[in-house]
Order: sequence, then C-alpha cells, then structure tokens
Amino acid sequence: MKTFDYTIQDELGIHARPAGMLAKAAAGVKSTVTIDNGAKKADAKRLMAIMSMGVKKGHIVTVTVEGEDEDTAVVAMEEFFKTNL
Amino acid sequence: MIIREGKSVFKGVAIGSIFVYKKAEKTVNKETVDNIDAELERFETAKAKALEQLKSLYEKALRDVGEEEAMIFDVHQMLLDDLDYNDSIRGIIENDHMNAEYAVFMTCEQFAAMFLSMDDDYMRGRAADIKDISERVISILNGTQVSPEAMPEPVIIVAEDLAPSETVQFEKDKLLALVTQKGSANSHTAILARTMNIPSLVTTDIEIEQEYHGRTAVVDGFAGLIYIDPDEITLAKLQEKKGRADEQRALLQEMKGKETVTRSGKHVHLYSNIGGLQDVDAVLDNDSEGIGLFRSEFLYLGRDSYPTEEEQFEAYKNVVSRMNGKKVIIRTLDIGADKQADYFDIPQEENPALGFRAIRICLTREEVFKTQLRALYRASAFGTLSIMFPMIISVKEVLRIKEIVEEVKLELDRSDIPYGNVELGIMIETPAAAVISDLLAPHVDFFSIGSNDLSQYTLAIDRQNQSLDTFFDPHHEAILRLIQMTIENAHKNGAWCGICGELGADMELTAKFIQMGIDELSVSPGYTLELRKRIREC
Repeated sequence: MKTFDYTIQDELGIHARPAGMLAKAAAGVKSTVTIDNGAKKADAKRLMAIMSMGVKKGHIVTVTVEGEDEDTAVVAMEEFFKTNL
Repeated sequence: MIIREGKSVFKGVAIGSIFVYKKAEKTVNKETVDNIDAELERFETAKAKALEQLKSLYEKALRDVGEEEAMIFDVHQMLLDDLDYNDSIRGIIENDHMNAEYAVFMTCEQFAAMFLSMDDDYMRGRAADIKDISERVISILNGTQVSPEAMPEPVIIVAEDLAPSETVQFEKDKLLALVTQKGSANSHTAILARTMNIPSLVTTDIEIEQEYHGRTAVVDGFAGLIYIDPDEITLAKLQEKKGRADEQRALLQEMKGKETVTRSGKHVHLYSNIGGLQDVDAVLDNDSEGIGLFRSEFLYLGRDSYPTEEEQFEAYKNVVSRMNGKKVIIRTLDIGADKQADYFDIPQEENPALGFRAIRICLTREEVFKTQLRALYRASAFGTLSIMFPMIISVKEVLRIKEIVEEVKLELDRSDIPYGNVELGIMIETPAAAVISDLLAPHVDFFSIGSNDLSQYTLAIDRQNQSLDTFFDPHHEAILRLIQMTIENAHKNGAWCGICGELGADMELTAKFIQMGIDELSVSPGYTLELRKRIREC
C-alpha cells in the first residue's frame, strides 16, 4: 500500500472535469485508488462519488494506492494530481 | 407593451420576434419487465447512442464556441459513464425488474438530489447536468427525442430553462437573445450567451406562453428588461441604444488583446477603477491590464460594525486571485466627507471635505488601520497587490504609515504568515502633496493622482454644488501644472506616476498626459477599450 498527501491547487477544487479525468486515469491502473479528505472516502474510479466529496481549493487529500502495480501506479497518480489539480 | 424583468448576463440590445421554446413533455412510465437481459441491452444501446450524440455535440460546440465551453459535453460523457450511476440503473432493472426509462429516471433523481444537497454553488449546479444526460437517455429509450424546430429567421428565444445541449443545438446565426425563467448567472446557458455575445436574461419573471410566439420584442441587456410589443418611442430609444452598443462591441473586438502603446512606442499601463469583487468581470471583459484603484471603503459601508480582518482578507484575496497575477492597487479606507458609516462615530463637522477623513482616521485609530493592513498583506501572498494611501499632505504622515506597515509585517513574520512583495504608493489629491511631491517621492514606489479631489481643493470649488459649474474648469492650468510637477518629481526619484480620477478618462487630455510622461491611467472598466484606442493614436 502506498499513500501520499496532496493540497488541491485548482481554483474550483476537484470539479467535474478533473474528476472525470481522474476516474479515467484510475481506471488505467490495476491497483485500487482511494481518495480520503478526512471526512469522506471515495474510489477514484467513481466520478460522481469523488465530486460529491466536495473537495475545494486548499483542502488536503490522502491518496491511497493498493495492488500489484502500486509502485508505478502511485507515481502516475501523484503526477496526475500535480498536473491537473 | 409588456415589460418583464430578469438578470442580465450579457450587456447588449436585441430586437426581433419571440420564439417560445418548450421542452417536449417528458413522462416516464413505470413498468415491470420480464426479460431482464433484453432490458439491460436496451439501456446499453440507448446509452451508447447518447454518448455518440454527446461526442458530436462536443465537436459542434468546439467549432462554434471554443474549447472551454465545449468541455461540458466532454464532462457529460464522463458522467454518463460513471460507475455508480450505471450500477444504480442496472440494479433497478435487475433487482426490481423495472423498465430502463424508470431506472434512469429514479437514478437521476437520486444523484441530482445528492448534488443539490451540497454546500457549494458549483456542485449544486451539476444537478442540472445529471438531469440533462438522463433526459437524453430517456428520450432515446422512449423514442421522443426531437431536434429543435428549425427557426426560419433570427429570433429571441423565450424558455423556462435551457440545458447546454439545447443552447448549442440552436443555429448560432439564428439567435438574437435568450430569455429564461430559470437559470443563474453562472449557468452554462449564461456562459454560452456571453461567449456568443448575445444579450440574455435569466431568472426573468416572464410567462412561457405560446401567445408570445412571433411577437416583436426588445431585450435590453443593460437594464435587464424585455419589452414585448414595444411602443414606437421605446423602440426608437432602444434602437439607438442598440446602435451604440453594437458600435462599442465592434470597438471592443478590435481593441481586445492589443497593447496599450503610443505611436512612438511608449507603453502606458491601462488599469481599472473598481468598488469590489462584483466589478472584476467587467475589468476582465474589457481586457484591462490591472486594477489601478480598488476603493476598499465599500467593505466598510452599509453595515453596522467594522469588517473583521478575516472578512477583508477574503475580499482582497478573491480580487487578487481572480486577477491572476495582474496588478491590483488597493486604496486603504477613504471614509469621511461624503462617505459616512454611523459606527465610525465621527462627530458632526462644519466642513467635512476638509475634516476628519481617510488617512486622518487611520492614523488616529491605528487598530482599524492595522486590521486592514494585516488583511492586505495576507492577501498579497495570492497575487500582485499594491497599497496606496489617500489624502496625504505631509512627509511625516508617510513616515508614520511606513512605521505601522513595518510593525504589521513584523507581526506576520512572527506568526509565520506569508506575504508578497507589496508596492506602497500615495494618492496625490491635495495641492499640498502635489507641491511637495519632490519630498514625498523618495519615500514611495508610486503616486496616483486623484484628480477629482485635487481639482476641488485646487480650485476651491465644491463639485456637488451645481451652481458653481460655470466657474469650474476641469482643464484649469493650475491643475495641469500640479499634475506635470507630480509626474516629474516621481520620475526624478525613480517612482512611477498614474492618474485614477475622472481626468484619466478625459480623452481630450490623453495626449497631454502622455507628453507629460504619465505611466498609468486607471479608469472605469467601460472606458478601457476606448481609451486604449485613443492612446494608440497619440
């Protein structure tokens, strides 16, 4: 299991479009990717569930990656957050 | 003549006939199905077709209105592919043996309700997206999907509400205006209307009556009104307004994105005067290069206690962030004289214009001043923020202000609160400040000439007193000399100098100011493009 914390930089927080892109990115790895904002948890493959967490700019989320390709998947996920959120 | 009122989302005037747009009645029947697999297959087929339609809508929007607005159809495709949404629909079909239409309808209600319950305007707005995609699938399923009726001539659309997929399907050159009963200034429809440059009203108190269909109407996006069957006088008046607006828009298009440089290649910073966050849209729409005067007193007026540091911080931060790195010059509290708030408890004065106001209040009530400075410095970490101080008459005042600023910075350092590199400037709006501008300039980064007060104090003429108008000459040689002197003294000391009063927008003086060496002109957002044109001619 690999985890990292990330502070959201996007003005609108995790809004529809990056959430959709995140769902696609998470679907592209074998590991399960979970987002946790301290109050709620959601599977990153599930777009509406991520949106309904209401993550805003400045919020810190913990991303957990677990599965056979977790070493490469966690790098890809971290890269995704830095580029898109 | 019938007049209805709404909230304008794009300033412009449209004249034409009304097209009443009504959605096809969507009733969903609840039915039990026996062949579960066939029903699941029906859903999958309809969904695939919906995805295909959304893809071509995305491409159409990309061509018509650009990537930013087209994105919504990309998002719609992603939403339609959402695992929970699909699981829920399949679950209702498989477990409850319900027809696909009903399964989509129930799922839509559930997810829309989830978004509507969120504590976030943006997310609440997404409920409309869920409804939009669900209705698309349902109408494919029950065969009621219809393409919008062909419009023979350009029309004013009147509708209850318009989904982005509906607005984008209208032929762009057939749209004069959109008027909706629902919607908000942040809805996709509003954004599309702004991108398409069509005057539009949302939350309008208009009836969606078939009898309005084909009748002549005028949409006035400046006043937020629609006139149905306008009388001749109204029509003539609005035709004239439309002419001016169209002219202005042509100018706008032509000057947008152009540099503000004179013929000889001198760059003049063209900034805007604003009263608050609500004006930032206009600043950006008019392609202004920054904010040259943010009148912070709006935060203090119309309330019964001092705004807290937190409230102020949020307000400044919002403006600075929205300007995205462009310069924002915030003037500290300029209350007193004609701007009064009871809780300041300022005693009645014989002559308020020459009385206890602006920096004089701040230097007397240091706590009020420090609260504002702390909020300003904290906000400076989020962009490019400068501070200027009003009603200065002496070097002593400037030195005292700088001491207080240093105290505030020290306090922030001690608490590890970040702040940016803040330019400090003063308003030159008293003859005293202009006359000793050589002594003031070494202590500041910039001067901003407040021409309204400078004129009134120099000429000893109260601008509110209309009976003195014949004596008032805004181009009086004394004012122009003071301005020239101020610019020269700024430059000699490595400071820059701008004008943020009404004279800044006086096009008769633009050439003269440039000749004097002015570095910056800050005007109402609406004058930006006209002034840019003028500067480029100098």
